[in-house]
Amino acid sequence: MPDLPKTRVMEKSLFSRLYGPRGWIAVAVLAFIALVVFPLCNIAAPAGSFFHISDYAVSLVGKFMCYAIVALAMDLIWGYTGILSLGHGVFFALGGYAMGMYLMRSIGHDGVYKSDLPDFMVFLDWKAYPWYWKFTDNFWYACLLVMLVPGALAFIFGFFAFRSRIKGVYFSIITQAMTFAFMLLFFRNDTGFGGNNGFTDFKRILGVPIATSSMRMTLFLLSAVVLILMLLMARYLITSKLGRVLTAIRDAESRVMFTGYNPVNYKLFIWTLSAVMCGIAGALYVPQVGIINPSEMSPANSIEIAIWVAVGGRGSLVGAILGAGIVNFAKSWFTVAFPEYWLFFLGALFIVVTLFLPTGVVGWFSRFAKKEVKA
Amino acid sequence: MSAVHSTGAGEGITDRIVTEEVDTLKGPILYLEEISVSFDGFKALKKLTLTIERGELRCIIGPNGAGKTTMMDVITGKTRPQSGTAFFGQTIDLTKLSEPEIATAGIGRKFQKPTVYEKHTVFENLELAMKSDKSVFASLKAKLSGESRDRIGSVLQEISLTDRAYEPAGLLSHGQKQWLEIGMLLMQEPKLLLLDEPVAGMTDEETMKSADLFLTLAGKYSVVVVEHDMDFVNKIAKTVTVLHEGSVLAEGTMDQVQNDERVIEVYLGR
Repeated sequence: MPDLPKTRVMEKSLFSRLYGPRGWIAVAVLAFIALVVFPLCNIAAPAGSFFHISDYAVSLVGKFMCYAIVALAMDLIWGYTGILSLGHGVFFALGGYAMGMYLMRSIGHDGVYKSDLPDFMVFLDWKAYPWYWKFTDNFWYACLLVMLVPGALAFIFGFFAFRSRIKGVYFSIITQAMTFAFMLLFFRNDTGFGGNNGFTDFKRILGVPIATSSMRMTLFLLSAVVLILMLLMARYLITSKLGRVLTAIRDAESRVMFTGYNPVNYKLFIWTLSAVMCGIAGALYVPQVGIINPSEMSPANSIEIAIWVAVGGRGSLVGAILGAGIVNFAKSWFTVAFPEYWLFFLGALFIVVTLFLPTGVVGWFSRFAKKEVKA
Repeated sequence: MSAVHSTGAGEGITDRIVTEEVDTLKGPILYLEEISVSFDGFKALKKLTLTIERGELRCIIGPNGAGKTTMMDVITGKTRPQSGTAFFGQTIDLTKLSEPEIATAGIGRKFQKPTVYEKHTVFENLELAMKSDKSVFASLKAKLSGESRDRIGSVLQEISLTDRAYEPAGLLSHGQKQWLEIGMLLMQEPKLLLLDEPVAGMTDEETMKSADLFLTLAGKYSVVVVEHDMDFVNKIAKTVTVLHEGSVLAEGTMDQVQNDERVIEVYLGR
């Protein structure tokens, strides 16, 4: 038998399976910038110096890193498994609300009404916390909720949708309906999550004041670490046989089924995992921006998530992160410079990317790189 | 072969697993009795009765709409019959199992249109098809053992795709994709192969090569081929079944079938 050359499929060590030497160097450089250079420029460089990075920029980039985690989650389910979700914002928001409940509880008596209850409950003339607020004053319980609530919702929703073989655009539409339904639910004051104002005016986390630059930096570093870990986890998944099965489901589901795999279980696994990732991102996001309200669940937000991934490049993890960064930087600049044109620009961007860059920015770069090599 | 994994005990979750043998010692491998299927009043199959013996190579022919593909759908669990029984071996009731369960039990199916994973390499296509524990967590932890790799290598040779092993399957020619799909079926180590128009779109040379391949498969596996290409059927078939309007019209050797009055009427005009 002719000797076959080695491929990544046969890579023995986990380390070499995830990335080649160049890939690891790139990851290490990015991690170094995020975890060392960026914080140093904020803390050590004096204000006014060229290298100084403002607190505002820190919280902005911290926010983008939360978005990047969502983009990774979206890429796993859309880019790799071919299931377009237009409701991922709901998982992000639920994670944010779960963390928000803890943050509201830890305000204590420092609210406007100096009550045991959050201000919005006093305003509604409620006398006690509803049952689902139980134990949310415990930080670790809140962390558990951050993962459990989006995970459970995704699992139940996915179980019925995938078992009924709902696919393609039909699936996308019902995910969109789901996030819309949740938004309406959370808009109601009676739901017990602060109605359209949501949660805000947080004071502290684990007893530490929240509105300080050291807390901002802590949250920034935490987001960066979580983002890097999520990237490596996603990479681990897609380089495993499981990852190849997911892509196979995307490209020829019937073949997967007639080969003996049950696609429902695979879809349910990646769908639920993706929702949990979004929940964690939401929990990191809320303390950094200081507010969570039902507008996070609006259909437009979920669509935007899909655009990040499309712009960066579907089916490329780095692409998803890049896409989230590019679109959101453009958004922060645009909404200041030409606030009324942002949505037009976003729409145009989506059309241009779909028509001319089907593989996103990453695909364009790698095509460019290949040409360079040939020339 | 030094760079390959050791095959120590306990390693290699993707390794081929031993499943319960299909009980065919006492009878046919596939037994369909009075199967009826209708779609919105259209009767696709009408009391179809068919048996396939162990190690047999059976060709099934019939005009368009005769129910050939529907029959395959029933056998593989895609379509449930309204009435009738379908048994794989003596004990496995096909009408009660899902598609993946039927595939795991040992029935491999090739589609009319070649269906391979275009973005995966040829090697990966075969790796995914390999008989193994196909649960989610087994896949997450799976590692390719040397033994499995050798198995992929030998199938690659059987389907003449060794030198294209690391190219995406999407770059293969139509005929090569057909072969790759057949290779994937072989990786599943099925007991029964269902091939829906396996030589459609192949060049004459490729067709002849396929005929040789299928002849070597018969005996090792039971093979059912649905085909329109009469030359091809003539070359490989010992027993031919003619379907017409959802039931068996004639069955026998190619000669018998070709000289059957009713078959001539159906094929050559009425």
